[in-house]
Amino acid sequence: MHIVVCIKQVPDSAQIRIHPVTNTIMRQGVPAIINPFDLFSLEEALRIKDRVGARVTVLTMGPPMAETSLRKALSLGADDAVLLTDRKFAGSDTLATSYALTSAIKKLSEEEPVDLVFCGKQTVDGDTAQVGPGIATRLGFQQLTYIAKIEAIDEAAKEIVVHRRSEGGVQVMKTKLPCMITMLEGTNTIRFGKMDDMFRAARYGLKTWSKDTTGADETKVGLKGSPTVVSKVFVPKPRAERAKMVEAEGASPDALAAAAVEAIFGAQPKLAEDLVGRAAAGL
Amino acid sequence: MSEPSKPQGRKFQLPEHLKEYKGIWVIVEQERGSVHSVSWELVGEARKLADKLGVEVGAVVLGADSPALNAICAEAFTYGADVVYKVADPVLGEYRTDPYCRVMTDVVNAYKPEIVLLGATTLGRDLAGAIATTLATGLTADCTELDIYMDNRSLAATRPTFGGTLLCTIQTLAYRPQMATVRPRVMSMPDRDDSRSGRIVEVFPSLREDDVITKVLSFIADREQTEAQLAYADVIVAGGKGLGKPENLKLVFDLAKVLGGEIGVTRPLVQAGWTTFDRQVGQTGKTVRPKLYIAAGVSGAIQHRVGMEKADLILAINTDPNAPIFDFAHLGLVGDALTILPALTDAFGKRLSVNRLAG
Repeated sequence: MHIVVCIKQVPDSAQIRIHPVTNTIMRQGVPAIINPFDLFSLEEALRIKDRVGARVTVLTMGPPMAETSLRKALSLGADDAVLLTDRKFAGSDTLATSYALTSAIKKLSEEEPVDLVFCGKQTVDGDTAQVGPGIATRLGFQQLTYIAKIEAIDEAAKEIVVHRRSEGGVQVMKTKLPCMITMLEGTNTIRFGKMDDMFRAARYGLKTWSKDTTGADETKVGLKGSPTVVSKVFVPKPRAERAKMVEAEGASPDALAAAAVEAIFGAQPKLAEDLVGRAAAGL
Repeated sequence: MSEPSKPQGRKFQLPEHLKEYKGIWVIVEQERGSVHSVSWELVGEARKLADKLGVEVGAVVLGADSPALNAICAEAFTYGADVVYKVADPVLGEYRTDPYCRVMTDVVNAYKPEIVLLGATTLGRDLAGAIATTLATGLTADCTELDIYMDNRSLAATRPTFGGTLLCTIQTLAYRPQMATVRPRVMSMPDRDDSRSGRIVEVFPSLREDDVITKVLSFIADREQTEAQLAYADVIVAGGKGLGKPENLKLVFDLAKVLGGEIGVTRPLVQAGWTTFDRQVGQTGKTVRPKLYIAAGVSGAIQHRVGMEKADLILAINTDPNAPIFDFAHLGLVGDALTILPALTDAFGKRLSVNRLAG
């Protein structure tokens, strides 16, 4: 079985700051990590490898420095790694990105047919959740998003049974390989790398592919291949006025609380009725 | 995604053959006979945008034919739709990407709407990503604001980016339809007008179950629907890092109980394992729109703010008078949440019981 895991190197969003004067993102010194959602998919791929045996190839599109994330994935147990990098890819939106990644997956399929593609549920920087479905659609793979559990996988019959999170419940689905899967967060915990995998990852000769390597059409990647245009980037505007501060004599918790309750019902008289009704219903 | 000057070779003008695309569509999310509220919120929003453009609102209702499906079609008019595309087929009974994507691609190509909106739910995001690819058009995810730029009649879709630290407005200028997903509770629920009606266009897709590879074996309904409860709660008491330790979440629970409300938390609390992800409010969690939001020990990071700032009334409790949350809360209280929360629980308890006796 051949599994491709698509990952993205992202800035650690918790550490991004906005320059107070220029309102631009200050990327300096922000550590780059593997998109946290991708790790659930990578771990699931590695579990399938443990269970039924598989070759796990990690694939990323990004600048040359994204190599760091590929080596990290190799140290966790991935077998092979491909860095898809080309200045021509710069500015790709989700449609162009899924096209470029698909061109690389098709090339990987020539070496060994791909049975499963894993993507992160979404990224923490773009948050779109669109690239996985884009890849599935382009490859004609069955699309399985928000997967909470892979219940069974039968390599001989090329069948897979999964639990898919949907609104208000879980769909238990059975389908045929090849599929594209995105795992739900919290469904597993990424393993620690083994010592020999770490050594191997450090010196592994990973593949670096350009647009020409995969034969991607230049008009379908980068800004040219992107239907969406970012017309404006701005900082959320503050509310017109600051909060009205609740104060009370002596500032004891009880006095402050009483003042807060009065302020709430003063601002929203109807709320009191609602809450009484609710409290009465709850009794 | 920052854009330099307009590069050569890139299309910004709408090609002539795409100018016939007219009208704003909402794909109504219907599963097992019930409609996700976000669909009606979007029909209401589509109404506003369509009135600006002077075009019709179309609601697309997909599913297996049933009286419930017909009722949903009728309901779409009451929220503002002019025309309902009813796509009924037994194969569409349970949501599966492949048949839904095939049918929607055909229907869009046949009727040519200029804008297609979906809820940013598990169904909406799954389907939108697939359709935008088959239609080779632009899709903007998880929008918080929609508008029309009248100079070129294009959709301006605004969404948080970089984890909510910035907002960006995205347009699809040279492709049609323009697609966007919008989070539940971001747009307000439109008022129902039962006197409204419109026309129904019935679409008969030629689907065969044998052509669909993915089968739904069963559906396991959630026993506790905390997700839905939080997004649609009228009162939410939320806790942040200022609570100090996990045991103190009990103070939040106590107040929520007196108010008959739900409990929300900030992302750091989920990451620290205090509670589960379904309680998280903010950019990567839920968007909420309660009548009352009490934030205890929450600093007001932008990631949290984008999930709750549309509450009717926000009371913030924080020891730091300069905490950013006081910049957008309506009411502020400088104090220690650990002592204020129990006092509030008492005060609300007394006040509500007095009202009850008086009433």
